[in-house]
Amino acid sequence: MAGSSSRNHRTSGAAAHLTEPRWVRWGLIALTLGFLGLFLIVPLAAVFTEALGRGWSAYTGAISTPDTLSAVRLTLVAAGVAVPLNLVFGVAAGWAIAKFQFPGKNVLLTLIDLPFAVSPVIAGLIFVLLFGRQGWFGPWLAEHGIRIVFSVPGIILATIFVSFPFVAREIIPVMQAMGRDEEEAARVLGANGLQTFLRVTLPNIKWGLLYGVLLCNARAMGEFGAVSVVSGKIRGETNTLPLHVEILYNEYQFQAAFAAASLLALLAIVTLVLKTIVERHVGRTTVQPGTATDTLS
Amino acid sequence: MFSRQRRNVLPGFRLTMGYTILYLCLIVIVPLLTLPVQSWELGWSAFWRVVSDARVVASYRLSIGAAFAAACVNAVFGLIVAWVLTRYRFPGQRLFDALIDLPFALPTAVAGITLTTLYAPNGWIGRYLNDLGVQVAFTPLGITVALTFIGLPFVVRTLQPVIDDLDLEIEEAASSLGATRWQILRRVVLPFLFPAWLTGFALAFARSIGEYGSVVFIAGNMPMRTEITPLLIITQLEQFNYAAATAIAVVLLVISFALLLAINGLQAWTSRRLAA
Amino acid sequence: MSIEVRNIRKTFGTFAAVRDVSFTVGSGELVALLGPSGCGKTTLLRIIAGLEVQDSGTVLLSGEDASTQDVRARGVGFVFQHYALFRHMTVFDNVAFGLTVRPRSRRPDKAEISRRVHDLLKLVQLDYLHDRYPSQLSGGQRQRVALARALAVEPKVLLLDEPFGALDANVRRDLRRWLRRLHEEIKLTSVFVTHDQEEAFDLADRVIIMNRGQIEQDGRPDEVADQPKSPFVMNFVGNVNRFVGTAAAGRATFGPFTVDYPDAVDSTSRPAAGYARPHELEVSRNLTNGGLPARLVHVTPAGALVRLELLDDESRTIVVDLPRVQQEQEQFHAGERLSVIPRRLTIFLEE
Repeated sequence: MAGSSSRNHRTSGAAAHLTEPRWVRWGLIALTLGFLGLFLIVPLAAVFTEALGRGWSAYTGAISTPDTLSAVRLTLVAAGVAVPLNLVFGVAAGWAIAKFQFPGKNVLLTLIDLPFAVSPVIAGLIFVLLFGRQGWFGPWLAEHGIRIVFSVPGIILATIFVSFPFVAREIIPVMQAMGRDEEEAARVLGANGLQTFLRVTLPNIKWGLLYGVLLCNARAMGEFGAVSVVSGKIRGETNTLPLHVEILYNEYQFQAAFAAASLLALLAIVTLVLKTIVERHVGRTTVQPGTATDTLS
Repeated sequence: MFSRQRRNVLPGFRLTMGYTILYLCLIVIVPLLTLPVQSWELGWSAFWRVVSDARVVASYRLSIGAAFAAACVNAVFGLIVAWVLTRYRFPGQRLFDALIDLPFALPTAVAGITLTTLYAPNGWIGRYLNDLGVQVAFTPLGITVALTFIGLPFVVRTLQPVIDDLDLEIEEAASSLGATRWQILRRVVLPFLFPAWLTGFALAFARSIGEYGSVVFIAGNMPMRTEITPLLIITQLEQFNYAAATAIAVVLLVISFALLLAINGLQAWTSRRLAA
Repeated sequence: MSIEVRNIRKTFGTFAAVRDVSFTVGSGELVALLGPSGCGKTTLLRIIAGLEVQDSGTVLLSGEDASTQDVRARGVGFVFQHYALFRHMTVFDNVAFGLTVRPRSRRPDKAEISRRVHDLLKLVQLDYLHDRYPSQLSGGQRQRVALARALAVEPKVLLLDEPFGALDANVRRDLRRWLRRLHEEIKLTSVFVTHDQEEAFDLADRVIIMNRGQIEQDGRPDEVADQPKSPFVMNFVGNVNRFVGTAAAGRATFGPFTVDYPDAVDSTSRPAAGYARPHELEVSRNLTNGGLPARLVHVTPAGALVRLELLDDESRTIVVDLPRVQQEQEQFHAGERLSVIPRRLTIFLEE
């Protein structure tokens, strides 16, 4: 506590010996703005400039074609299945890992992180190896007339895989920090398991949960590599929005590609805004998801 | 291991643990097991033939080299950006801070086509670089640019909390002992940040090695020259050459896991150092 | 409502936290479990509550075996060391929680819950804070909310884990008095855990002293203070001076003084230790009265007493408490050589 007060007022008002000379400060700020401008702001601006380059009606025309709309629909379906499933998993894993002691906990945490270490292309490949025509279950599936790869179920599976760890990663540290005192108190006071979870645990982890869902959703809706491998890219059928962007781009329909891309860029902006709001409630600087820094303790 | 949980005050351990393991196995473990099993069936000599093919080796070299170069760029600029965003105050700071996560939130395909458009010889930026005789798009340099974009948040976001944790009193102590600002930064601040810095670097590196979406557009995809490993896997798949695709993927996965292990080791080292 | 604990054992890994402990708490009694940290007292309290499961032994609540009962069924009130207040609920909602989670058939209606919560909040003198959140309260206020919350479910027994552990010294004292009055008022069978002997003696009808998972002594505060049963209790319940010597044939000898010690029946001499509290020692300027010579090094006023710190010839520290009046007459000052004589010695044979 004592440290935090001193931490908060170190700004431009800090004593001269505790900050860099003015010219160094401004030099570093300029460098930062230049770097971030070049790598973040210019690309973001480019998306919308290219999308709106031929006017508003061309833009709305491009995003209301049946193919684009069906791509949007499939993206929503994939995320709509993947996010709730990963949410349930995250809560279950959080409860087991944060509230109980058992051997092998660190191994389990590492295994949950695995999808972060796997290239998206490999994430797609493994489902082809399982369910593709030459895959382990391929012949059986073919016999029963079930299509997974090059079809919607494959896209959903790949999406679940790549967005798998996000919710768990966010709420395990939150639940660990909370400890188990409050749950024990609820039990002594006569609450049953469900009451304890819903009325004591959940209100305490809701912002962390929301944060995890936000990140999970961003990844689920934006995934490209993994989905690309399992999709087969059948227009109007197995195209998600990111895949649709690729197809339009490869057909030199740049304006249409960027129009579709702008929808995804908007999603990114909304995610960042919500993330900033949620962070204020969680009260912390977040570590980039996909890093192992925040849970492995 | 479950016997001690018998009649635990908090219920649901068996249920949640069981579900966690089941779901983990179904979604992650079993699918990933296809890789070692499939390459085992391939046999060692066939496996080696695939992964030692000149085109495959060139792709490894490119993927690793470009990822390493991009991680280095991010290490340097990430340190500066993290320092500036944490320590200095300037207009628009919060906006820039929020934007750091853009490469994570923006779907990789969007990043890919945007960077390609910007750096193409007739693009906003590529135009001027072209006049200087520098070609970015469709060269290894372009791949590095895309991977720099993708890896940007890692170093910054790993360093920020550590810089924030840096106790001002330590710097004051150093200052009271007569150290100049430069000496304080070099001998007190940087050693403190070093483990996190290395971790951020490794994370950016690991993420970039397997990256596909943002790179595939700007790469040009010329065999031996600008063909990244993930693309090669897809090419093999499209020719229904599952065995070759698997073999290439296994090597890529092993490299990623080695990096993940290194990162975990770094983390342990960091927490030990900070606990001391 | 009584508590009976029979042959309780509990091991964590290789660490034996509680080793065969038995005691009873009578209806309406207020008992302190006193001991240093790690002595097993909190584990024992949690076993009584059902928060922890014993390896063997039984817990009886008013004569009925509660060992197999779930924590929810035991009807105990538990006050956690760090209160464990629900941080997202107001004071009112915290206290009402135990009533609102009851099955519908046993749940009082809203008005009744509200009445009971406000009654309890009045009892703990916090009704005016009913819409605050725990983070807006002081430590002492949180403690009282935790108590009100535990009482709301009308428990048969009340268990408190280090109830004053996290509070400032002043708040501690006030809250202690208040809790004693509250106990006299509601006469609820209560057990509290503490490492502070002053707190235990001040508050409890009976004190159970624990060490390394076992009970060292169980008795009224004055019994424990005046007739410690072991060197551990002697050391734990206050400052004490220790004199090393031998015992044989009904006599014990410590340097210059010899006292009757009927417990030593053997004629062979065995090592023994004599203990005297600072107020059980006298000092005198008469160096030939058969006392232990020592040099006075420090004089500290301590309320109605004056504390003298002396060093004997072997550089062992001796602490003596004198009534202030005596010091005012005698004017002992640092540097003087004095003779120390125990008015009373408690002797234990050494193993």
